[in-house]
Amino acid sequence: MRFERREHRPAALVVAAPMIAVAAALAVAGVLIALAGAPVLEAYWKILTSAFGSRLSVTETLTRASPLILTGLAAAVAFRARLWNIGGEGQFYLGAIAVAAASARLFDGWSSAAQIPLLFIIGAVAGMLLLLVPLWLRLRFSVDEVVTTLLLNFVSLLFVSMLIDGVLKDPLAFGWPQSEAVDAAARLPKLLTRSRLHIGLVMAVAIAFAIHFVQSRTVFGVRSRAAGLNPTSAVFAGVPLGRTLVIVAMISGGLAGLAGTIEVLGVKGYVTSDLSPGYGYSGIVVAMLANLNPLGVVLAALFTAAMFVGADGMSRSVGIPTYIADVTVALSLLSMLIAVFFTQYRIRR
Amino acid sequence: MNALIDILASAGLWAAVLRIATPLILGTLGALLSERSGVLNLGIEGIMTFGAMIGWLAVYNGADLWTGLLIAALGGAVFGFLHSVLTVTLGLSQHVSGLGVTLFASSFAYYVFRLMVPVTGTPPTIEPFKPIDILGLSSLPFLGPAFFTQTAPTYVAIVLAVVLAYLISRTPIGLAIRMTGENPHAAEAQGINPMAIRYGAVIAGSALMGVGGAFLTLSAFNSFFPTMVQGRGWICIALVVFASWRPERALFGALLFAFFDAFQLRLQTVLSGVVPYQIFLMIPYLLSIAALAAMARRARVPQALMQPYRRGER
Repeated sequence: MRFERREHRPAALVVAAPMIAVAAALAVAGVLIALAGAPVLEAYWKILTSAFGSRLSVTETLTRASPLILTGLAAAVAFRARLWNIGGEGQFYLGAIAVAAASARLFDGWSSAAQIPLLFIIGAVAGMLLLLVPLWLRLRFSVDEVVTTLLLNFVSLLFVSMLIDGVLKDPLAFGWPQSEAVDAAARLPKLLTRSRLHIGLVMAVAIAFAIHFVQSRTVFGVRSRAAGLNPTSAVFAGVPLGRTLVIVAMISGGLAGLAGTIEVLGVKGYVTSDLSPGYGYSGIVVAMLANLNPLGVVLAALFTAAMFVGADGMSRSVGIPTYIADVTVALSLLSMLIAVFFTQYRIRR
Repeated sequence: MNALIDILASAGLWAAVLRIATPLILGTLGALLSERSGVLNLGIEGIMTFGAMIGWLAVYNGADLWTGLLIAALGGAVFGFLHSVLTVTLGLSQHVSGLGVTLFASSFAYYVFRLMVPVTGTPPTIEPFKPIDILGLSSLPFLGPAFFTQTAPTYVAIVLAVVLAYLISRTPIGLAIRMTGENPHAAEAQGINPMAIRYGAVIAGSALMGVGGAFLTLSAFNSFFPTMVQGRGWICIALVVFASWRPERALFGALLFAFFDAFQLRLQTVLSGVVPYQIFLMIPYLLSIAALAAMARRARVPQALMQPYRRGER
């Protein structure tokens, strides 16, 4: 048995790949639920109804999907140029703490229209800066950015923990390490009343469309793709590799920082060290499930968010640990990798 | 200044260096073995987490400590097999596959742990490895408590580094691993099966990673809790580069790194209240990044690292 490269990638297979991958992941998760002695079909049903069964659950799923779209785009944009930004989690936190600090200390008393746009920029810049360090190390010292971005996640979280337990600590939080609350005028408008859903969702979807446009219709889109496909020949073809990667890193880090920004301004209102349930890492899965397509990211983020929200509800009624959501999401990444492989290769005996 | 000298002169510091170094030595050797054959294994963080959980769980359910380590090794090997299927047979991106393995192994570890161990106020504990006394050396003044009060797995890890150095540079199997990592096509021309070598190296390396994780729960601590591996796996990946892919330097690198870590832990207590503790906790990660920057250009990278091998395809 051996693998043979397909001459054409069948379009139907490319579209079906994520669905097959998710189905396979859910099937394996079903086995794990069954092994735990719980009723599998009831567990699936609970996941589905907890994620989409009521107005509240739908808005919760969408609220959860909003930062995931942004971290997913952050990974998708970078991976397309073969910039392995695994630091989304750290960039998320740096963006979050930057806006919390700016809103509480600089913009106190400013109007919403004045401070919210500035806070978006501050959050994005914070994320950018954190990714430019590993990129600089790669361009200057040939250091693999996978490891440095991963290590910086820990540094970033410790830095946030230091600030929320120190200079930015909220004196009214009964001693808990949490940042001062952002200014009321800095909170994002709600999309629906009686829910946590905020305009961050609209913004994230709009950004997905904007990135889709940039990648498919601009010179920069072609360059970043060329940088990913083959850096050496890209340079020969006149692509300014360093500059392209810097812009890719600024977009990618900026998006992850923006994810932290909308989570603080839209949902929580302050920063704690458990602000993110792994949005940065889940963003990698979202990007891969979407096959790095910006519009696909929106759907993949919705699936991932539904898994997490659904598993929360399922856990309460069926008694299966919520970690089943993380397991399923990780499995769907692995099965997606395999599914994509089979869109490119076929088995020959 | 006196405080610094006091720290350096305390036997406790040097004992802590060896203790902190042990999981790093095992993890770094595992990652190194795999990379010498041409496969980067970023599954390490998850594999260490799974090893820590499954080894502990075995002992908690009545297995003895050595069986716990063996089970951790087997658990690691299973994930190593998974990574091999993805990266060797299918030739997928080693970066993404490895991250996938990490996400899967760690979330699966947490799932199994939550399922098997009910939630309680204080985490349940086991009776961990006890320090062993080699030929009465532990009663030597200073040197005894500093270097000879470790548990058995620490000595095993140090011996393993020497064995692996010999295996890689002096034996036919080591030559086959190195050739596969440098040029799998040339290796195949010599009658070596690069696929088999890579499978073997990744699986054996992952077993070592599993044992490295289990050292945390069976010797350094006595309980398991989520996120306890704390990026040690990523630090091991950095140490492989620092060691320029050589086991004897990996041993040195892990010890040097552990020295800084043990030192900052003691400095924390001296400077508590003056400098926030988080600054000290950042040091290991920043040191790893600095080590990478210093060594990345100088290190001798296996030439076929991260290049999938497909028969008849270049």
